[in-house]
Amino acid sequence: MRVRIAEEWLHSCSGCEIAILNMGEPLLELLNKIEFVHIPLLLDHKYYGQRGQKKDLEIPKAEIGIVSGGVANEEHVQVLDVMREKCKILIALGTCATHGGLPALINEWGMKEGIEACYKTITTEPCRVPDEVVPPPLDRVYAVDEKVEVDCMLPGCPPNSILIAEVITSLINGKDPVIPEKSVCDTCPTRRVGKGGVGAVLRFLQNVQYDPERPIEEMRCLLEQGFMCMGPVTAAGCAAGADQKVPPCIKARVPCRGCFGPVRRDGNQMLDMMNALASNGIDWKSVVDRRSLLRFSGAHGLLRKLPRRKTREE
Amino acid sequence: MGSVINIQPITRIEGHARIAIHLDDTGNVRDTFLHIMSLRGFEKFIQGRPAEEVPRIVNRICGICPWMHHLASNKAVDGCFGVKPTAAGHKLREVCQVMAHISDKILHFFFLAAPDFVLGPDSDYAVRNVIGIVKKAPELAAKVVKMRQLGQMMLEDFAGKAIHPVAGVVGGFAKPMTEEERKSLLSNARTLLDFALYAMEFAKTSVFPKYEDLMATLGVINTGFLGTVDDNGALQLYDGHLRLMKADGTVTEFPVSEYDNYLSEHVESWTYGKMPYARCWNEGFSMDLDAPKGVYRSNTLARMNVADHIATPHAQAELEEFREKFGRPAQGTLLYHWARLIELIYACERTIELLEQEDITDTNIRAKAEPKAGRGIGAVEAPRGTLIHDYTTDDNGCIVKANMIVGTTHNIAPMNMSVKEAATSLIKDGVYDEALLNRVEMAVRAYDP
Repeated sequence: MRVRIAEEWLHSCSGCEIAILNMGEPLLELLNKIEFVHIPLLLDHKYYGQRGQKKDLEIPKAEIGIVSGGVANEEHVQVLDVMREKCKILIALGTCATHGGLPALINEWGMKEGIEACYKTITTEPCRVPDEVVPPPLDRVYAVDEKVEVDCMLPGCPPNSILIAEVITSLINGKDPVIPEKSVCDTCPTRRVGKGGVGAVLRFLQNVQYDPERPIEEMRCLLEQGFMCMGPVTAAGCAAGADQKVPPCIKARVPCRGCFGPVRRDGNQMLDMMNALASNGIDWKSVVDRRSLLRFSGAHGLLRKLPRRKTREE
Repeated sequence: MGSVINIQPITRIEGHARIAIHLDDTGNVRDTFLHIMSLRGFEKFIQGRPAEEVPRIVNRICGICPWMHHLASNKAVDGCFGVKPTAAGHKLREVCQVMAHISDKILHFFFLAAPDFVLGPDSDYAVRNVIGIVKKAPELAAKVVKMRQLGQMMLEDFAGKAIHPVAGVVGGFAKPMTEEERKSLLSNARTLLDFALYAMEFAKTSVFPKYEDLMATLGVINTGFLGTVDDNGALQLYDGHLRLMKADGTVTEFPVSEYDNYLSEHVESWTYGKMPYARCWNEGFSMDLDAPKGVYRSNTLARMNVADHIATPHAQAELEEFREKFGRPAQGTLLYHWARLIELIYACERTIELLEQEDITDTNIRAKAEPKAGRGIGAVEAPRGTLIHDYTTDDNGCIVKANMIVGTTHNIAPMNMSVKEAATSLIKDGVYDEALLNRVEMAVRAYDP
């Protein structure tokens, strides 16, 4: 019998689901071993019955549940609770689910204030913020494990397609999935010469130094070049794969911004990065908008409302 | 007391939406609503961020069209800092943008929409999906999966990330294209063009003829259209000016920088999605099916309608045939699919055209940028419609104010109207079934929201 999988997206962008599809042909093979019983992007299973008449939200039972996105409104809570109840193993897929992801940047203001502002832009007619039928927002964006117990955390924005396939394959074979525990730096092939020379971090307003005709191994570490690169404080996994062993942003010759979340599950990317800079003799105060170092991991109470957000920090 | 039919969630679309069909005592449709169920608040939470970081933040608005947000945002930041991308930087951005259109159209037509046509709108929901197609037409499915993957891998190989890209930067692009990369991409783009031509032929012989009635009736409404064209009136996806067409075919053109003089957004209390409308028509806003006011549509059908022609040969031939058959502007909602396949051909042809320009490998890819106060407005055509990012920065080059009109929102009012039209004509005296409700959803799916 094929292993049943239910998939749901909450406060998300569908990038995680596209990452599932980006497995490509291996997905076709995997489909011989699994059966999707619920996945709104691909399958027409409805919450309230196929004729839309039932009272309670239903999702079929499944051996494996996959949830992408954080939790930001009452419908998300409801769907997540049903997923937890119906799925034996629950995977939080993507950094929004594991750490709040980018939408948790709104936690600096709170959901209500953040949403209200969007209905006051220059092209928006004067209006009331929508409040009928649509699910009311929570106070902030939560990671999935702040609301229900999660069995497996697979971060990434997007998550790595090959890792998704490996995790699902492990689970259907009854094995514990292996999630990378190193940092992006540990998987980065750029050349490190040593400390020194960098006093302040540069904004990414100019390209890094490298010879495009030469292999990436010959490019000097971007942090050593003076750019803010969050590789030291970010979980590895983006570079996983048979023929792609370079972190994708480094491959594009741009610095890491931390999209796999902290190396330790409960780490703080902002504090860890400040420490990393300080220990390399770099003035951490040179970082503009330090709190955005938590841009992928602002749930779990890390990004909070400021009493009064000053124009610049300090 | 009437009852409410809840189609929730709307499936095989990108995003969180629900259809509510309100029936009266006699079981006939009293009203319908397309509820957009969440809002993340990007316009607010990019405030205070250094503007050059924003193209790497707003790409997360959509995991299906992250390149479009990434590039519209880069254009807006260019505007804030008063910098013009280098010629090669501009070309690299455009080639990535049109390549991203390729996989997106394959995804939408074959993975999301095709189950309704290949397996039939009335087939069992358990098989009416891409996995059902894998079983029913394994060869077609294998080909489709492979071609979509090829498009995604071209972007990954060249630009590092296909989903949530990072290679576009203020002033241009972060890495040049090597000659080796150019040749490899060109060869793959030619493979994709062959597939695009095959897909169009497949649809015209095996799909569309079976559904002529449905295409002429389902969710058909009468609206205006918005899209991007160049100075010659040709279809553009990456750059150009905006052309707004009324249902009677008359057009208004304006530069992207003046969008806020022409468009406004209406808000209803029952949906988080705003409803852009043509304020410049001076008729207000109404979704009345018989006399809509201010409502226009975006996305593929709109682009086919507003463009005078397409500058690439295969797509132009298809456009002529399309126009011959359906007129201009064509109003049939399911024609979005047909238009999507024409645009797939254009995206492949345009990719090839750009890659054939050998100076695309020029290494002068990024102009110098300094953070400063300013306002920048950037637009591209995203798969779902005209995408506009409008930022204002402070002296330190950080965002103080932002406004975005994203592709899908232009179609929120039209989708509401198409749902109403479909539900009203299909549901009579309380008689409806699952297959019929799927047809109502098909009216939404055509817009690929």
